Amino acid sequence: MSDESVTAEPAGPLPIGSLDDPHQQPYARHPGRAQAVAAVSLIIGILGCIGFGIAYWISDQTQWEAITLGVGLLGLGFGLTAWGKYLMAQGPFVEDRHPHNSSEEEVKAMTAAITQRGGIVVGRRKLLGGLFAFGSLAFGVVAAFPLIRSLGPKPGNALFVTTWKKNSPLVTSDGRPVHQNDLEVGGVLTVFPKGFAGSSPDQTILLRIEELTAEDPPLTLTSPGRSDWTALGYVAYSKMCTHLGCPVGLYQEQTVELVCPCHQSIFNVLAGAVPEFGPAPRPLPQLPIKVVNGFLFAQGGYNQAIGPGFWERP
Amino acid sequence: MIDESVRWLDDRLGVAKGGRTLLDKIFPDHWSFMLGEIALYSFVVLIATGVFLSLYYIPSAHEVVYHGSYLPLRGTRVSEAYSSSVGLSFDVKSGLLMRQTHHWAADVFLGSIAVHMARIFFTGAFRKPRELNWIVGITMLMLGIVNGFLGYSLPDDLVSGTGIRIAYSIIESIPLVGSYLGFFLFGGNYPGNGIIIPRFYILHVLILPVIIGGLIAVHLGLLVKQKHTQFPGKGKTEHNVVGTPMFPTFAAKTTGFMFMTSAVLLLLGGFAQINPIWQFGQYEPFQISYAVQPDWYMGWLDGALRIMPSWEWVGWGHTIPLEIFLPAIVFAGLTFNFFYLWPHIEKRHTKDLASHELLDRPRDRPKRTAFGAAMLMFYFMLFCASSTDVMANFFNVSLNTVLWTFRVIVFALPVITYFVTYRICNEMRAAEGIGKRKRAMVVSRSETGEYSTVSTEPRPGDGAHELDAIPVPTYINLTPEELETGPGVRRVMR
Repeated sequence: MSDESVTAEPAGPLPIGSLDDPHQQPYARHPGRAQAVAAVSLIIGILGCIGFGIAYWISDQTQWEAITLGVGLLGLGFGLTAWGKYLMAQGPFVEDRHPHNSSEEEVKAMTAAITQRGGIVVGRRKLLGGLFAFGSLAFGVVAAFPLIRSLGPKPGNALFVTTWKKNSPLVTSDGRPVHQNDLEVGGVLTVFPKGFAGSSPDQTILLRIEELTAEDPPLTLTSPGRSDWTALGYVAYSKMCTHLGCPVGLYQEQTVELVCPCHQSIFNVLAGAVPEFGPAPRPLPQLPIKVVNGFLFAQGGYNQAIGPGFWERP
Repeated sequence: MIDESVRWLDDRLGVAKGGRTLLDKIFPDHWSFMLGEIALYSFVVLIATGVFLSLYYIPSAHEVVYHGSYLPLRGTRVSEAYSSSVGLSFDVKSGLLMRQTHHWAADVFLGSIAVHMARIFFTGAFRKPRELNWIVGITMLMLGIVNGFLGYSLPDDLVSGTGIRIAYSIIESIPLVGSYLGFFLFGGNYPGNGIIIPRFYILHVLILPVIIGGLIAVHLGLLVKQKHTQFPGKGKTEHNVVGTPMFPTFAAKTTGFMFMTSAVLLLLGGFAQINPIWQFGQYEPFQISYAVQPDWYMGWLDGALRIMPSWEWVGWGHTIPLEIFLPAIVFAGLTFNFFYLWPHIEKRHTKDLASHELLDRPRDRPKRTAFGAAMLMFYFMLFCASSTDVMANFFNVSLNTVLWTFRVIVFALPVITYFVTYRICNEMRAAEGIGKRKRAMVVSRSETGEYSTVSTEPRPGDGAHELDAIPVPTYINLTPEELETGPGVRRVMR
């Protein structure tokens, strides 16, 4: 380093200061003015803090509390900072920096203490060393396993099933059965199997695409093998997005698309809810439905796991 | 009095020697050293407001009927967590101020950490011997993000609940163990058995804050032990530190700064509404609101999830949801590992194994600066990508256009940024006298018509930079008269 010559002299008694020393001078050109500014600022701070007490006591209005306490702390802070910056000794002062490393002997001594002292101890009693290492390992495993394991149940087949069954009545989130006249064309409703209103995996979105009667030909979906999964122009899909499980809550009637508000996956309702756009990888599973005596029922459960992907999903 | 106390303590703990050194600790004066202080004082505000909130918040998913003073919710069945969060906003004196200040402090905490980290990066302060403190800092950033997310989730409102749902799906996407981890953490299939709120609560108010607080102590301890870095300048070498002493100058400035940071956070908390949970309503797994976005520090991850193509891998009876696993787990892991390893990577590249106490000016390290700028651009673009829907709406273009634009510019803009920054750095290095402290010049004309330029006298304060630095003096000899006219009176002209 070319700068080595500048290093300060060896540590000794520190010098005695004098107020005449330029290092002890304030930064401000007009210290009197700086003091006045700091004083006014501190007074504003005091008034603000007292003001907060009053505001808290008589009104409890968030904005009054914020402005009094905020201005109070700002005044105190600004006054103190101005005092420090403009009126206290600015130096520059210097401090020596000592090398971080120890001498070579000290490093060697420490390494030797660990390797040799420790090495001898372990080397002489390999059996004890091995046993203790094994014991620690065993403790680590047995301590970690129940700690993690008792946090919750194993998944089992919970991710594959919902409570939808054959003939489950469709009900709304407040438990009311869904009638065939409940929705007009373009209407959507979140439905659940009866008795499980509000349950997360069961959430299903019911849409009315056309107003059909029992005599009309059923709604045509382009997905094969599902010609009779709709009823009277109603179609139902799992409301859980196949991307990250958000409720697919937006319905665009003109384009007949379901949109997930989280990451904008778009599902084509008439094509079996296949994703047309965005990060969702799979169609929303479809719930086959039927109408009996004017009320809607499920023909059966979903034929696959709903929601986002996971390792066990085939 | 002071004398007696110091003696009492010194007889028992020998504080005088080390204490004196600590009071004399020199703080180099540069505005960029203040960024870490903002983070520290935001943390102080977080603890203070957080303690207040914890006195009223009830971490329970238990269903209750809301009876508070917010009329639109009265009589609805909500969770105790939600009810108490709304309650502490409206029915506890200054509760709303404390809650909003807490939220703002969290956002500012992480923001200042990010900017502080950029400062450390661009000036090379992470180099030997400070790699350890870099690692401690990155760890705090990571824990801060996690703790921010946990705290954001606690009110159990509709927007944060959707965030928890997404977090669950991200955990579930991990191959082999994902569904097990999700079930263990949530106590069952989503939304679990109601245990998640107490679990998030204890992590948020005890476990993570204690770890972060401990790491702050380590961060500052290393800083005291290793001393500050400093920018090169007059009298500043690899073997000294030049600046103002801890006591009283720096102590006054930094304490004042703590008050001012708190004041700004309080004013934000009182006047800038944040997270109005009473408008979102209680979380229901089947409900959702429009334009759902996380807090800003999660934006880069959300953006990565949005622009990722739907590449689910299916085979041999298993599924790997790469469209989640790659951006949310692999990418996030790579990001932090890359940050951790950066000092090492740079050392590999520059073959520079020496200790550095003097900072780099960013322009003097054009490759590092260009690379850092490109990284910032990359993460900023990912952050912007987390509002594709809002942008499509605002600019009235199709979502498809916005998405594909981001898929391209997330990678293209950083490359452009790299070359532009590299060029700017080199141009700045080539220009003479750029970045030097300017002083007013007086141009005068002599009787014979000659022009000459004379630089003006330094202003007080300006001149301080031109003095030779001296050690902090032990004490100042004062006579009674001197005390009269003492501090604040300027008697020496420089």
